[in-house]
Amino acid sequence: MLNPIKSYRNTFFVLLFVLLIITFINISLGSVNIPLKQLFLSLVNGEVEKESWRTIILNYRLPKAITAIIVGSGLSISGLLMQTLFRNPLAGPFVLGISSGASLGVAILILGASFLGANITSYAFTNFGLAIAASAGAFLVLAAVMLAAIKVRNTMSILIIGLMFGSITSSVISVLAYFSSASELQQYMFWSFGSLGNLSWKEITALFSIFIVGVTMVTFIIKPLNSLLLGENYAKSMGVNVKLTRNTTLIATSLLTGVITAFSGPIAFIGLAVPHLTKLLFNTSNHKTLLPAVAICGAIIMLICDSIAQVPNSEYTLPINAITSLFGAPIIIWLLVRKRKIYY
Amino acid sequence: MKQTTKHIIKTSNLSIGYASKKEVNTIASHLNIELESGNLVCLLGKNGIGKSTLLRTLTKVQPILEGEVLIDDRKLEDLTNPDLAKTLSLVLTERLPDSSLTVYELVALGRQPFTNWIGYLTTNDLEIIQSSFEQTNTQHLMDRKCFELSDGQLQKVMVARALSQNTPIIVLDEPTAHLDLHHTINTFTLLKKLAKDFNKTIIVSTHEINLALQIADELWLMTPSKFIAGKTEDLISNNDLDQLFDSELISFNKTLKQFTINNN
Repeated sequence: MLNPIKSYRNTFFVLLFVLLIITFINISLGSVNIPLKQLFLSLVNGEVEKESWRTIILNYRLPKAITAIIVGSGLSISGLLMQTLFRNPLAGPFVLGISSGASLGVAILILGASFLGANITSYAFTNFGLAIAASAGAFLVLAAVMLAAIKVRNTMSILIIGLMFGSITSSVISVLAYFSSASELQQYMFWSFGSLGNLSWKEITALFSIFIVGVTMVTFIIKPLNSLLLGENYAKSMGVNVKLTRNTTLIATSLLTGVITAFSGPIAFIGLAVPHLTKLLFNTSNHKTLLPAVAICGAIIMLICDSIAQVPNSEYTLPINAITSLFGAPIIIWLLVRKRKIYY
Repeated sequence: MKQTTKHIIKTSNLSIGYASKKEVNTIASHLNIELESGNLVCLLGKNGIGKSTLLRTLTKVQPILEGEVLIDDRKLEDLTNPDLAKTLSLVLTERLPDSSLTVYELVALGRQPFTNWIGYLTTNDLEIIQSSFEQTNTQHLMDRKCFELSDGQLQKVMVARALSQNTPIIVLDEPTAHLDLHHTINTFTLLKKLAKDFNKTIIVSTHEINLALQIADELWLMTPSKFIAGKTEDLISNNDLDQLFDSELISFNKTLKQFTINNN
């Protein structure tokens, strides 16, 4: 007997193909012009005209592309999870206050450094230092939200608690910023613009490992998430452990957003918008389809944004955060006006 | 040799209500039910008397205050959620949240207690889903989105979902609340057929008293003073129905088998 649930196999093939092409285009763009053939040769470890080209591609562009893919997928998956859990189209990966927590960690490190009498050029301000501060901050807020989540029955209350924690951390950052020097403020601002580059292979491995842990957790809640589409009572009547599902969703989201924010800064828009775009494309609520779909679409869109931020044939790189919102938001508005209501 | 009758649902001295740290609010007590399978039961009672509380207690949505509930000879407290999902399915009054689920996906969700970790549908699952559509006569709706359905269609589809869960017991909380007379009768006839043809035990809370009197095998009456369970015809001949509403305005007419307005 044939299973009449659409599998969208062809759409997935097309999307994966698009992802491959975009990745290649992304790697081919940059301040140094490298011919396509040489680009390909350096990727497959062949003979290249200039060794410096190989270095640029393998140590700068490829890591950046991989970071973009992980960041795009991870944030989009988190956004989808939050939208399903809170049944709210405005929910995104940051509603739990995770990015505010990460920002707080970084703010304390950068802006609070002078209070502690630390030297701003010291080891603490390398990528890993910032990542650790951001993770610590994100984890702190997550722990607070989870503690509240255990006490609170109502899922909507968790959403509000997350938003409140976000406000608290923002105000602490404001206070810190008020007492900081201009150079410290600038460094903090740069972090908050978001950045996909500058990650070493070691850092990418760390990012990727936690990404895999998060995604694995998510695959185990695909089934209960589908029954939650009928509401908590029906889900329970079908044997779903609603609280376990909810907490797994929260932990997976926090892991994914936490680690991504730690390494690449608070990247706006992607986590909120990609699930909407994907739902317009696939027109389904089935998480078995939606989760891989948002992961691929998220990666594609992040790569496109990064390619634009490169400003082809120039030495400038625009802040990635500006691009994601500047180009993404109008697209969503246009799609919604043109098409129809999105269902969750 | 005397054959012992097997009860699919049995309660002894059950008390239902809400317990908090401060106080216990008992809504009804001394509920004794002995129900055999293959029966259509209508739960009747005026608003606020505790019909939903009883259904919620029997389906383990809220805890028992006192007494005992046996489902298929197993204590309700000992059944885990997944166990219960294989024994008892629900059709609730609440509206479904917005989603773009198709009707087929919705009905297929009923197989969840039986599928593997990712929800893979085996041939057996697909056959059960197919027959749920056939029994409820909803095959033509399969490819539609749930939000496109009318209230009557959606109600049938929700029954189909409960059927695909393939449980011996189905509990429905006011399934005909939004429906017109035609669809109401349609739903009740379908439930009666399921009870008779497939030996399902079906418990329906409803305000359609006149219809319930014609179609139900058993009635559970929740009156302000006590809880009465029994065969429909027995309750009619015992004048038990008169106690349903302690009102001067209406009374039960035995010959017509329905409630009539008192003409003074």
